[in-house]
Parts: sequence; C-alpha cells; structure tokens
Amino acid sequence: MATAGAQMETKWWSGGKSPFNVEYGKLMMWYFLMSDAFTFGAFLISYGTIRFSQNYWPDPNVVFNAFPFAGHANLPLAFVSLMTFILIVSSVTMVLAVHAGHKNDKQGVIKWMIWTIIGGIAFLSCQAWEWTHLITGDHAVLINGEIENIGTTVTRNPWGPAANVAAHDGHHVGTTGPVAFGGYFFGITGFHGFHVLSGVVINIVMLIMTINGVFERRGHYLMIEKAGLYWHFVDLVWVFVFLCFYLI
Amino acid sequence: MEHSVQEVTFHHEPGGNEVVKKIIKTTIILSVITIIELGMGLAMYAFPMAAGLKLFLKGVIVILSLLKAFYIVGVFMHLGEELKNLIMTIVVPLLLFIWFIAAFLWDGNSWKVLRNTYNPKATTEVHEGGEHH
Repeated sequence: MATAGAQMETKWWSGGKSPFNVEYGKLMMWYFLMSDAFTFGAFLISYGTIRFSQNYWPDPNVVFNAFPFAGHANLPLAFVSLMTFILIVSSVTMVLAVHAGHKNDKQGVIKWMIWTIIGGIAFLSCQAWEWTHLITGDHAVLINGEIENIGTTVTRNPWGPAANVAAHDGHHVGTTGPVAFGGYFFGITGFHGFHVLSGVVINIVMLIMTINGVFERRGHYLMIEKAGLYWHFVDLVWVFVFLCFYLI
Repeated sequence: MEHSVQEVTFHHEPGGNEVVKKIIKTTIILSVITIIELGMGLAMYAFPMAAGLKLFLKGVIVILSLLKAFYIVGVFMHLGEELKNLIMTIVVPLLLFIWFIAAFLWDGNSWKVLRNTYNPKATTEVHEGGEHH
C-alpha cells in the first residue's frame, strides 16, 4: 500500500496502473451519479422555468404545514425538516458502515447497514404520509363561481391566491393555483422517492451479502462503498429538492 | 495478486478515531446549516419583508445548500480523497449547470414578461386576490 505522499509522485499514466487509483465499478458508479445529477437537474430546472414564468406560486410554508397526529396545527416545514434529518442521519450511518468496511469489521458493517436501512424506510414512510395528506386534504376553492373542496393532485391545485368571497362557515376560500405545482411536486419527489426505494433495496442486498460473509471472503468491502456512494447521492439530491420545493 | 495490489490502492483513509471524529464534525455542520436554512425559510413566512430582502435570503439559502452539497460529496462520498484527475472528470462536466440554470430561468422569466405584456388579464387576476392562507 502506497502512502498518500508517494501517491502524488506516482506517474499514473505511464501504464501498468489504474490511472484514477479506483476500482472500475466505483469509477462507473461516479459517472452514473454524475449523469443522474443531470437528470435530476433537468427536472428541477424545468420546474424553475415554469415557476419563473408564473405571476403567482404557492408559498411552501402554507402548503407544507401539517404534521402527523397534530390535527390542524399550523406547523410550517416541521415535517419536512424531520424527513431531512432522517436522511442526513441515515447518510451518517452509511459512512460509518463504509468506515467499518475499511477496517474489515463485519459486525460493524452489519450494525450500521441495518440503521441505514431503517432510516431509508422511515423516510419513505414519511413521504407516503405527506403525499396522502396532500392528495386527500381538501381545501375550499372557488371554481367557476362555485365553492368546491379539492386536494392537491397532478391536475388540481387548491393553493392559488385568496378569492374575494368567504365560505358560509367563515373559512378562507382560495382560487386554483398553477396546475404545474402538483405535477412537479409529485413527479420530482416521486422520482427521488423511487431512488430512495431502490437504495433501500440495494442496501438490503448488501446487508444479506455481508451477513453471508461474501465480502469477508473477498477480502474487501468495496461493494459497501459503491452502495454508499449511491445512498449519499440520494441524500445530496434531497438537499436540492428540499431547497427548491420547501425553502425558496 | 501482487499485480492487482499495485494497480489499485484500496485504502483511502487512515483507520481509527480521527475518521469518526471527522464524520461527527461534518454531521454537526450539516445539521447546523439545515437549521439556519429552516430559520431563514420560516422568517420569510413569519415576518413581512421587502421583495429585495426576500430574494437576498433565498440567495443565501441557495449558497448554504451548495455548501451542504460540498460537504456531502467531499467528506461522506470521499471525493476529496480521490486523485485530482478523477475529481476533475466529475466536477468539470457539472459546470454545464451554470449555463443550464441561467438560460432556463431567464427563459421562464421572459415567458412571464411576454405574457403579461400581451395578455394583461393574466396579472390582474393575481393582484386582486393577494396571499391566500
């Protein structure tokens, strides 16, 4: 094993060596993630284009203000903050699994992989609740002169500007907002959620392989590193989904 | 075996407590940045403020998110410990995003301006209503 100092002086391109000093699969995982970053980037930029083209866009603090078992309490961004911390923590447990892998510590890898999988499942459960709440949560909206109760779907958006009328029971009545809101929200968080789901499946496969001693026999835990790269990327994408949909 | 060991160096990080310390430090940094971002997001909701200040806060939140991305990629994904050539093959293509974001947001804004110019009805619908809670 070369030390860090010696690595810098090595002529990596003189032949006989891997010029990037990483295993093929890991390098390809990096390039896949780069291309995936462009996929997510294109989605988010498309959302930005539509949002910039609108005179009105719903305020995320108003749309995302519910929390499980809290009834109608106004808690803006509280639930999505919880989701964000769940994902950050599961990213940390993944680094610890990779670190345990570096030390060939099988029990450590198993322990931290289990925590990472639990974090991923917790995140997905939160997302399922949030989607359900948005789709089924009715809001009084003035449509063609009549008050209707609608939820947020890909074709209907109750988060428009306030209407100039009040409902019989004194509740606020809104108008419909830009239709694209629901489509982009469910499309992009859904695409991200699908990445989380596949990440959880990959992590479960890695856990089973670790328990069966596959990596122990192989002598290294590089597969855990590659699964880790994918898992961190999922966290990285969430940073930007969180930014674009909830914060600004 | 001798050959493969020479080809690929598996050990990127020194073992031991310093790695765990670095992970914990990065976790704290990421959490603190997230809390600051949330605080600014909520401040925009709780206090009425000028459009310019709101835009400024949004800009700060974007920069803080980029900082978070830097820590996740650099420390958690260990990209900072790879060879410089490898880092560049990942980072340089991402520079395309600078044009990508600027051009398309510009396009969206132009779309809005044109619509408001040639179909003024689109603006009045919004301004009569105001914020809906």
